[in-house]
Amino acid sequence: MNAETKAKLQKDAAKVRMSVIEGTFNAKSGHPGGSLSIADIITYLYLYKLNIDPKNPKWEDRDRFVLSKGHTAPALYGAMALKGFFPEEEIKTLRKPDSRLQGHPSMNLTPGVDMSTGSLGQGVSVAVGMALGAKINNKSFRVYTVLGDGEIEEGQVWEAAMFASAKKLDNLVVIVDNNDLQIDGTLEEVNSPYPIDEKFKAFGFNVINIDGHDFDQIDEAFTQAENCKGKPTAIIAKTIKGKGVSFMENQVGWHGKGPNEEEYNAAMAELKEAL
Amino acid sequence: MADMVKKATREGYGAALLELGEKNPKVIVMDADLAGATKTGVFKKAYPDRFFNAGIAEGNLMGVAAGLSLTGNIVFASSFAMFAAGRAFEQIRNSIGYPHLNVKVCATHAGISVGEDGASHQCNEDIALMRVIPGMTIINPTDWVEAKAATLAAADFEGPVYMRFGRLAVPQIFDEETYKFELGKGKELYSGDDVAIIATGLMVNEALIAAEELKAEGVNARVINIHTIKPLDEEIILNAAKECGCIVTAEEHSIIGGLGAAVSEFLAENLPTPVKRVGVNDVYGRSGPAVEMLKIYGLDAAHIKDAVKEVILKK
Repeated sequence: MNAETKAKLQKDAAKVRMSVIEGTFNAKSGHPGGSLSIADIITYLYLYKLNIDPKNPKWEDRDRFVLSKGHTAPALYGAMALKGFFPEEEIKTLRKPDSRLQGHPSMNLTPGVDMSTGSLGQGVSVAVGMALGAKINNKSFRVYTVLGDGEIEEGQVWEAAMFASAKKLDNLVVIVDNNDLQIDGTLEEVNSPYPIDEKFKAFGFNVINIDGHDFDQIDEAFTQAENCKGKPTAIIAKTIKGKGVSFMENQVGWHGKGPNEEEYNAAMAELKEAL
Repeated sequence: MADMVKKATREGYGAALLELGEKNPKVIVMDADLAGATKTGVFKKAYPDRFFNAGIAEGNLMGVAAGLSLTGNIVFASSFAMFAAGRAFEQIRNSIGYPHLNVKVCATHAGISVGEDGASHQCNEDIALMRVIPGMTIINPTDWVEAKAATLAAADFEGPVYMRFGRLAVPQIFDEETYKFELGKGKELYSGDDVAIIATGLMVNEALIAAEELKAEGVNARVINIHTIKPLDEEIILNAAKECGCIVTAEEHSIIGGLGAAVSEFLAENLPTPVKRVGVNDVYGRSGPAVEMLKIYGLDAAHIKDAVKEVILKK
């Protein structure tokens, strides 16, 4: 990735983060912490990596993206709006009764959302099914899914991992947003899934550990995943919950609440500096 | 009634899958380590490239089926009713029902007639669980002929379907040559206007036996076969209530949440009519030969007749 592309993605990621704050402020609810931690990777995927066309969201050869940690929809919506799937103005309607932007992604309401998610552990199975579908239909598209690190406490994640590996789904990339915080505390305090990389390795995955906020490392990992044949890839992305808004960083309290007006202004001012 | 051929409805399911495999390359079949029992094994043998075993992981089975449907395939996902509708309820609700995907959840070994395996495997709750999922179509065939025809129809229907099959060999009622399956349509199989017996699954045959015996006792019972529990054929039920004045429902399922509940709910709001529900009376089953289990839990012609005599007094 050249310096120009990287600089653009960093700015795009700042816009996505502003969108997260805009949406959750207007909704007076939502999940800013985990949206901010995954913002760089989702920006990279939607604005750089995915082979998608916002004018033809149901194009059958497109790459697929499933946000298994569906509660971080604000980051997804921010990136999708920036890509042109719907007007950026719509972000302000997040979670409101007539909005197309549900609290958790809904594929039948939002153009470009590939799967309805929200119940943790389920999206990854669907992504696995899509990857298998690509194989049996001789399609070359790839499938990407983002899991929360708390989400991998769900047993279904490991059912899906076992199956993906057994079926040699090398067109599948599972990304774990390892921000180390879940609603009730740190992963260690709640029910530790560590070591995450060793677990995916044991399940037969090609495993790559990266800093989930470094676009060079992100790009390298996704390129390596493409070149890996015969097994699915798991990218364990070390991230910071609330990344980009100093008072939200590493604060579990920002898992599931919207900012008030004062917090909104402070967050937006800070993010604008990154533009 | 046709001669006494006895075959389980799951056999009709397997036969239909085999036919679908040949005529539609988009048909994919999945199982969760029960392919021999659910009869998906028949498809697996003929079309191994389009069969996928999820292993003993029903939640993932439903999710992978959803993903396969999103890449343009028609997916039949099978397990026993207890583990499909029961264990994977939330995956069916959130990953198949909510996005309204073209997945057919085909559950076998439903009801008390699982027999010797006992209560842990006797699922009398699946219809109730599936009924509360918005947009879910529910089909509970009566014999293997209907099961086969219904499976073929489900493949042509766009959207999520729950199909319910049995383990026990049950009498064939319909003629394979002439039988036509109409989704969402009930069918009168025996005419009468003293009482209407609205039945589904293996209880349809018991209802026919009961109607025959009642006739000899001077009671004219109408028998209606309801294979599609959702959407319910409200017209045939309303007419039965109007013309007969009292209803008995009969199903191999809990009296809570199944056909009896659906009929009662509909009539309570539209034409209050005395109803007596024959089904599993809010209890768990136990181990024993299937036919004995059906008798012990009140799922036979004798119990339907008792219900008829009771409800007729309330007219």
